[in-house]
Amino acid sequence: MEANTRSTGRLPAAFLTPGSSSFMDFLSAHSPELLPGNRVLPPVQGAIEIPHGTTIVAASFPGGVVLAGDRRATMGNVIAQRDIEKVFPADEYSAVGIAGTAGLAVEMVKLFQLELEHFEKVEGVQLSLEGKANRLSTMIRSNLGMAMQGLAVVPLFAGWDVDRQKGRIFSYDVTGGRSEEHGFAATGSGSVFARGSLKKLFREDLTEGQTLTLVVQALYDAADDDSATGGPDLARRIYPIVTVITDEGFRKLTEAECSEVVRAIHDRRLQEPDGPRAALL
Amino acid sequence: MSTPFYVSPQQAMADRAEYARKGIARGRSVVVLQYTDGVVFVAENPSRALHKVSEIYDRIAFAAVGKYNEFENLRIGGVRYADLRGYTYDRDDVTARGLANVYAQTLGGIFSSAAEKPYEVELIVAEVGAGPEDDQIYRLPHDGSIVDEHGSVAIGGNADQISNYLDQRHRDGMTLSEVLKLAVESLTRDNNGGERTLTAEQLEVAVLDRTRPQQRKFKRLLGRQLSRLLEGDTSAAAEADAEPEAASEEGGEASTES
Repeated sequence: MEANTRSTGRLPAAFLTPGSSSFMDFLSAHSPELLPGNRVLPPVQGAIEIPHGTTIVAASFPGGVVLAGDRRATMGNVIAQRDIEKVFPADEYSAVGIAGTAGLAVEMVKLFQLELEHFEKVEGVQLSLEGKANRLSTMIRSNLGMAMQGLAVVPLFAGWDVDRQKGRIFSYDVTGGRSEEHGFAATGSGSVFARGSLKKLFREDLTEGQTLTLVVQALYDAADDDSATGGPDLARRIYPIVTVITDEGFRKLTEAECSEVVRAIHDRRLQEPDGPRAALL
Repeated sequence: MSTPFYVSPQQAMADRAEYARKGIARGRSVVVLQYTDGVVFVAENPSRALHKVSEIYDRIAFAAVGKYNEFENLRIGGVRYADLRGYTYDRDDVTARGLANVYAQTLGGIFSSAAEKPYEVELIVAEVGAGPEDDQIYRLPHDGSIVDEHGSVAIGGNADQISNYLDQRHRDGMTLSEVLKLAVESLTRDNNGGERTLTAEQLEVAVLDRTRPQQRKFKRLLGRQLSRLLEGDTSAAAEADAEPEAASEEGGEASTES
């Protein structure tokens, strides 16, 4: 490996240089080729077909925040994968869900998790939630060149702010532009429909259990109208990935818990296929 | 024109070793002991900010004595090495043996290079395995050698005396509370055979606990939990696993499975 082959086995100078607590800064000094943003793409004619992940939704409730994603990856009009996971823990108090080029997204999440863990180990304290959101912003921005060539990665970041004692949601655009969302947010191809659904169903005083139903309803509505978003697959037992972050930390719902939420919604929709109706006035 | 004095290589190395040893001997000791569920690190360290014991990776931790800026540099180098290795290959491919080798090469290179002053540090790199027989503890003295240790090990000012004391009393299958008490007893004995008292506030204690559900097995023991364990309340050991929040300092609980 790089650490070992360049010299006599002694740690190279970059390893012992004091200063930065960032793993990405270290990588750019020592092995810049490992950073996703440093790759040069060959010129390509037309669009290339690669797996894309689709819809991610998030909603906050008084004791925390919920982040969820569907399970489909598409490649043009083909379903590339029906059980892809697009929502990951970033660290103990935050999670990240990514829409866009699946391969790049997974690599970026891995690097982002490591960035947070590395800082925590070097400094002995965690980054603030804003700090984490900013690091993610930097990573997305460094990918701008690839985004312009069609390999965009657009995340949704949610976490429990230990200082302010509340759940917060951050959304991004391809340039790394970051904005804090209040209440709920969605990203990916089905986000238009998911946001419409969230807007009509969201209330500020929902409980944790109700918020879980809320995000799964939104994913259901997104899958209803967007071909690239996968709905719950009851036959194969493929349910959305749903995660909750509270002051107790990150938790991913088990398959049994997800199944319960999904089945309750499914049973209701057998009577009302369009889902719950909001008041007219 | 002046002729430089001839110094034999033996004498030059002996002088350097003497210099490093003196630096190390000035500091307080750190002891590392195996217990049924893992490895415990105990350091006498009144400072809350400057750690002598730290996490390197999922199952690997680091303890050091000597000059703070030098071992801190090595610690960060180790974290970078482990994170880079885990990123290029897989988390399972980061091992204490690999890390100890890199540290040995680094310390040895510095020790024998006439252009640099020798590091006044002594390190321990430990890794917990699936069972006590898979645990690994490596001691790295200032000159770049590696010593494979079992059961208990001490480094720092009073290391020889403390090691002897521990060797006589440490046995396999001790509980966390038992090894903690033994570790504190060993640290409270000073050179002249007298005894001091050490309170929980003067100790820095951390464990690599193989029973932790999280991927990262390193945990600091702090405050009430540490006091309870030191008082020998046997139920505290069970509570140590039951309430990770009470002990989680700085959110050291992060799980990062992907």
